[in-house]
Amino acid sequence: MKDRLLQKLRTFSPDSILETNEFRGDLTVIVRKEDIVMIATFLRDDDDLSFDLIVDLCGVDMYRPEGRFEVVYHLYSLKNKSYVRLKVRVEEDHPVVDTVCSVWPGANWHERETFDMFGISFRGHPDLRRMYMPEEYEHFPLRKDFPLMGVPDSIPLPRK
Amino acid sequence: MGLGSLMADGFLTTRLDDVVNWARKNSLWPMPMGISCCAIEMMATASPRFDISRFGSEVMRFTPRQCDVMIVAGTVTYKMARVVRKIYDQMPDPKWVISMGACASSGGMFRSYSVVQGIDQFMPVDVYVAGCPPRPENLLRALMELQSQVAKQQTIGNLLRGEKILIPETGPAERVSSAT
Repeated sequence: MKDRLLQKLRTFSPDSILETNEFRGDLTVIVRKEDIVMIATFLRDDDDLSFDLIVDLCGVDMYRPEGRFEVVYHLYSLKNKSYVRLKVRVEEDHPVVDTVCSVWPGANWHERETFDMFGISFRGHPDLRRMYMPEEYEHFPLRKDFPLMGVPDSIPLPRK
Repeated sequence: MGLGSLMADGFLTTRLDDVVNWARKNSLWPMPMGISCCAIEMMATASPRFDISRFGSEVMRFTPRQCDVMIVAGTVTYKMARVVRKIYDQMPDPKWVISMGACASSGGMFRSYSVVQGIDQFMPVDVYVAGCPPRPENLLRALMELQSQVAKQQTIGNLLRGEKILIPETGPAERVSSAT
């Protein structure tokens, strides 16, 4: 299954695949950021692969100079009962990725959470508001440079 | 014996404050502000085994307008703080607050950017309860402590004598009133 998937992806768009690796039986494909919607649509619509469920979408802060953030997509194929993991690398100075809401509507809230916690914007998202933090909040709590106890006085409390 | 002679004519004398406070302290209706796991213990406190009705506090009301004491049972996040405060502001005076458990009292184990490190940062608290979560006995003990506080408060007696009645400022409005 994994070989078939890789072979199909390489035939479909060889330039989009930056890197692949397999760890404990799980396949990870690192995809060029610009092509994520195209790859996602292909994986969903291919009759054989049929990755019709987005299990999870999340951000990672690797805290490194190049490609600081990653957005990770976990996909599941109900037909083949198999998983695949996609990753895109996102630069710190331009943290924008195209939304996959048009491919899987279930990605909507996941992308909002990733935006809330990491400050990664999703271009074309229908409703990119914060998920957990107050709407007027200005920081991104899951970034590695965010202090554990938060930024003092950044969230107002009611008057005593 | 002594009481018999006292009650002989069918009346007894006491201070008005004592009567009012006696009535108040034995019917403290709680506002159950159950936000997390402490709420389970709060519910257990209301169950027959522990039976909070022995103290006149069995009437848990889910509208703040009928409540006397707010039991804040659980972790209060910054986002929830304004909700808790709003409900507190909607309770009629006189009102009291029990901060139940480690989270409400100090943030507890959640030493984190999202959790208020103690609800006394944004509202007055009368009794703190230790524990994570506190056992029902512990909450009952806090209620008894609150009752003894209520019993000592100035209420209507001073008002009738034309003195100023002092209530600690609790809300946005000016709370010091005087009878003329």
